[in-house]
Amino acid sequence: MKARVTVTLKTGVLDPQGKAIQGALGSLGVDGVESVRQGKLFDVELATSDPAEAEATLKAMCEKLLANTVIESYRFEIAG
Amino acid sequence: MNAVVILFPGSNRERDVANALRRAGGVAPKIVWHGETELPAGTDLVVLPGGFSYGDYLRCGAIAARSPIMDAVRAHAARGGLVLGICNGFQIAVEAGLLPGILTRNANLRFLCHAQHLRVERNDTPFTRRYAEGQTIEVCIAHGEGNYFADEETLKRLEGEGRVAFRYCDANGEVGGAANVNGSINDIAGVYSETFNVLGMMPHPENLVDAAVGGIDGAALFAGLAEAA
Repeated sequence: MKARVTVTLKTGVLDPQGKAIQGALGSLGVDGVESVRQGKLFDVELATSDPAEAEATLKAMCEKLLANTVIESYRFEIAG
Repeated sequence: MNAVVILFPGSNRERDVANALRRAGGVAPKIVWHGETELPAGTDLVVLPGGFSYGDYLRCGAIAARSPIMDAVRAHAARGGLVLGICNGFQIAVEAGLLPGILTRNANLRFLCHAQHLRVERNDTPFTRRYAEGQTIEVCIAHGEGNYFADEETLKRLEGEGRVAFRYCDANGEVGGAANVNGSINDIAGVYSETFNVLGMMPHPENLVDAAVGGIDGAALFAGLAEAA
């Protein structure tokens, strides 16, 4: 089954890359952007077809590797 | 001193640190491949060298921190063995859970590569015994992601327990302001583990051990380690 994992910076953690992107958008004439926060997205294919097992695997991979929970939080959706 | 330098795919400062260790202790360290699962018997010091392990994929140091050898490095640290993580090695150490916090993108988004002054916060550790407390030393930095961050509670603990090893400062030893080149919280350039046997630092002491290449302020760190181990 397929899943999509999104990793984002926690609120309050500085994101200099997001700030630079926001600045670049302004200089391109894209106005009205109040904030940009950059994150990461992972599309994952799992061998299992059991949603509970998939959820456990996804949680484990996020905690162990995909996110550094000191500064990042994660969420995932199972696409089926 | 039996020193070991771990070699990861993408490490590039392993020879520099091996040279610094050999000059200080008279013996060349063993180079150990990241795929090994055990350290050589009698290892006193493990060095995680600088570089760009795994091309900084995912997060700096994240993949290297999950290498087979890292279980042995954690066990070595848990036994009280010495571990020194420099630059990418510091990033690997925090990702491996050997040290708290994380290194993020430099606040000005630039890769910084220049001479840098540091203030030595304490000299009663195996790493800094040959320095004076409060001494200003000149080493160098070469990193894009050296902006140290830790949550408020962790930071309070680090400061309370005196676990900040080095802070960025200017030539006069003044901490803060423009001397904080990468935006690190509390000007932190290096931190110790709870038991002071693990040190992670972004600057490169191993590159300032020979007067022919611009200075020797890094040599005392390795001389101290050679005495301590």
